[in-house]
Amino acid sequence: MKVFRDLFKDYRFCFSFGVLVIILILAFLSLFSPYDPTLWNVVPRDLKPSAKYLLGTDSNGQDIFWQATYAVRNSLIISFIAALVSRGIAILVGMVSGYKGGSTDRVLMFISDSLLVIPLFLIMVMLAMLVRQYMNLVILGLLLSIFGWAWDARVIRSVILSLREREFTQTAILSGTGTVRLVMNEYMPYATPLIFSTLINNMSWAIGLEITLAILGLVNLSIPTLGTMLNWAITYQAILLGHWWWVYTPVVLSVFLFVALYWLSVSISEYLDPRTRIQRVGA
Amino acid sequence: MEKLLEVNLLKKEYTLGSLIARIKLTAVDNISFYIKPAEIFTLAGESGCGKTTSAKIILGFEEQTSGAVIHKGKPKTRKERAWITEGVQAIFQDPFTTFNPLRTVDRYFFETVQNFKLARTNPEAIALIDRKLKLVGLSYEEFAGKYPNEYSGGQLQRISIARALLTDPTLLIADEPVSMVDASLRMSIVNLFKKLRDEFGVSVLYITHDLATAYYVSDRIAIMFRGNIVEMGPVEQVLMAPRHPYTKLLRESIPEIDPKKRWHDTVSLTELEHDEYLRNGCKFAGRCPVVMEMCKSVVPRDLVVDDVLVKCHKYDESYNS
Amino acid sequence: MNNFILRTEKLKAFYILDMQGTQKIVKAVNEVELEIEENEIYGIAGESGCGKTTLLKALFNSFDPPLHLVGGKIFYGMGDRYVDGTSLNQEDKRKLRMEYISYVPQGSMSVLNPVLKLKDTYQDFIASHVDGKTRSEAFEIAKAHISELGLPANILGAYPHQLSGGMRQRVTIALATLLKPRIMICDEPTTALDVVVQRGVIQLLKDIQRNLKNTIIIVTHDMGVHANIADRVGIMYAGKIVEEATTELIFNSPLHPYTQFLINSLPKFGDKSTRGSVPGSPPSLADLPDGCPFHPRCPRVMDVCKTQMPGFVHPNDRHRVACWLVGEG
Repeated sequence: MKVFRDLFKDYRFCFSFGVLVIILILAFLSLFSPYDPTLWNVVPRDLKPSAKYLLGTDSNGQDIFWQATYAVRNSLIISFIAALVSRGIAILVGMVSGYKGGSTDRVLMFISDSLLVIPLFLIMVMLAMLVRQYMNLVILGLLLSIFGWAWDARVIRSVILSLREREFTQTAILSGTGTVRLVMNEYMPYATPLIFSTLINNMSWAIGLEITLAILGLVNLSIPTLGTMLNWAITYQAILLGHWWWVYTPVVLSVFLFVALYWLSVSISEYLDPRTRIQRVGA
Repeated sequence: MEKLLEVNLLKKEYTLGSLIARIKLTAVDNISFYIKPAEIFTLAGESGCGKTTSAKIILGFEEQTSGAVIHKGKPKTRKERAWITEGVQAIFQDPFTTFNPLRTVDRYFFETVQNFKLARTNPEAIALIDRKLKLVGLSYEEFAGKYPNEYSGGQLQRISIARALLTDPTLLIADEPVSMVDASLRMSIVNLFKKLRDEFGVSVLYITHDLATAYYVSDRIAIMFRGNIVEMGPVEQVLMAPRHPYTKLLRESIPEIDPKKRWHDTVSLTELEHDEYLRNGCKFAGRCPVVMEMCKSVVPRDLVVDDVLVKCHKYDESYNS
Repeated sequence: MNNFILRTEKLKAFYILDMQGTQKIVKAVNEVELEIEENEIYGIAGESGCGKTTLLKALFNSFDPPLHLVGGKIFYGMGDRYVDGTSLNQEDKRKLRMEYISYVPQGSMSVLNPVLKLKDTYQDFIASHVDGKTRSEAFEIAKAHISELGLPANILGAYPHQLSGGMRQRVTIALATLLKPRIMICDEPTTALDVVVQRGVIQLLKDIQRNLKNTIIIVTHDMGVHANIADRVGIMYAGKIVEEATTELIFNSPLHPYTQFLINSLPKFGDKSTRGSVPGSPPSLADLPDGCPFHPRCPRVMDVCKTQMPGFVHPNDRHRVACWLVGEG
């Protein structure tokens, strides 16, 4: 709890925490939606926001407010899956590569570098087109995660490389600690802020990429996400027709989400940074 | 057993440089020494002489290029961790990097106890840890739950020794344990070594460049210079009546705690340490005040003069006709 | 009396740390009175954490937050007048440093810019303090200076990492003396150096002092170094000077129990009898005991020591000590 109190002293954390709570509430509300998001014409089309329809309705005949709750929920799920899975891979690869060294290191880094160098976007587009029929939230999340781990694996590896040379590694070895326990207990505290901030950055990246793919029409458009809402809005010329409520909703939500995630990652990683932690420890 | 630890013709070479211009640096050049049970043996020399590299090889953190390390009669092969259960432990120079600054210090103690199965229950473990801490002048109550930066350097170094004592080692390798501790506090650490030797029969390989504490605490001493042992023998002989010119230089350069005994002559220093490593012949020839022509091309043999091993042409009677 | 070149009056410099609500005050320099003369080498001895480095920063007039000058004054003797250090503005302070006082910090070998050749470092230094010299004139000045100090002139063409630790230390000291400062402050110049190299550095400092006839203030916990180089030594403990005398007096007849401990805890050749360190640990400067700060560790503590801080007594013209056990000479 002391951790939270310290974190709340940072205005960025306060803002992002607030925004994320609101967004999570929205996502949660999707469970109570009176309308099925995949159906059309459940409500009159193209109505302006009013007391009955809080954010108006779209050209598909859906209530935008309730659509948005689904969209937020789904976008978060996709990005969460993407970020978690890619973190897992990055940590595994980075730690094994950094601690073992030698040929294991070279092979793993070769794979990682290849993924960094390949033009990501083109491959994504190709894969998305191939998989489009089977596309659902999980598949999309996994797809995004394949491309999200390479950079961070290298960063984690460099942290491990430097820690391996420190004397406390020798002390741990002299205390009889095995390799796995050593890496977990000794190195993780150093890697954690890195992992945490990259997790959140990865989520941002995943959401952004999903929106891009959706606008290009490469995902399953019947599943409401922030990206698909924008896609439909563009298809129906919402801006030209003046249906601003339809376009602004996903845009505003996305912007707030990005800023909140960014500030969250910055404030938490500053808090967790070993250098500032050492100052706080034992004080 | 006559020799607890024996090092035979230990050699470690490093190759520096790129594909085009490689030089071979011999950090440890065929050194041999042994340590008896319940003895404090010092490996002394300035930085870059190879003493720390030798310690790392003995501990198994580095591989030697050639030569043997034999402990309790068994040769050490490759990097083995079983070494530690055989009764070897180590402490290092900087107590603040010896422990992970983000973890409490007691975690290392509990891990040692668990990994080596030194106690079966938590209270037993605490009792054992407390016993070892009391040996170094601390107690468990003031120790539990603290991070490294809550201690002073001297205290932390003593805690480091206590950790090494948990496994009841017979050989403690101490790599520059007092260099980062204030001169006035070094006694407290070095007296501990004496206590370990006298009360528990532990041998200590004391690696240092501080000859004053080396004189105070050791039984035998070996002086290293750029990878070679140039003089070795009982400490009273080597430090009070030095024979090798380098030992003499070292001995004279130690500031005496007596304002009347100030230095009068000047000393010349080397600029590029590198060069001395690559010399043919005796590595000290560049700075030796009594250098002879042959010193620059012929490596001196290891000669024994009155119980002391000296690596210097001056003592080689076969040259004097 | 001799002319003093630096004098402090009840100098107080504390670190005021604001950590998440609570304030921690570290009394690093706690009412220090010093009078340092011209043409002398003054040593300050004490354990780590006694405030010596902070005292040097204060003497160098460098009070960067969280270090604050809380009280007292510093006087610098310039020519025939005395300047109050605390009243100088930024520009004057800048000129004060490096031209009048120079500071060689701890671990100074890392002070050299690793990507510049030494001659560039020297030329930059000259350019920022002396107007009207071209790069090649500056180079000549640097070369002459280095040779004067007995260092080989060709090292100016080298990068710092190509030189040994001892050489880097000497080069940094040479840099600090380039503008012939009247006072040179050295913080632990010989720590982390090998014994032979240490001797070379001490030699260099002595040569500099002999040539420039300036004042060197040297801080180190190694009493052996003080024995070899200092004219007078001040013993510092928990932010205060507890004893000060000529080197002979300090080593032959130390009066303060702490000084006695310091000297007796050093091993001597030819004597393997058991010696002890100072018992206990120094107090935290944020949480000082009442009265004499040494009383918790003093083997001869008396009741008065626990409540009142002793003032200075002068058993001798060149010897002062702050201890209730010592009377006036």
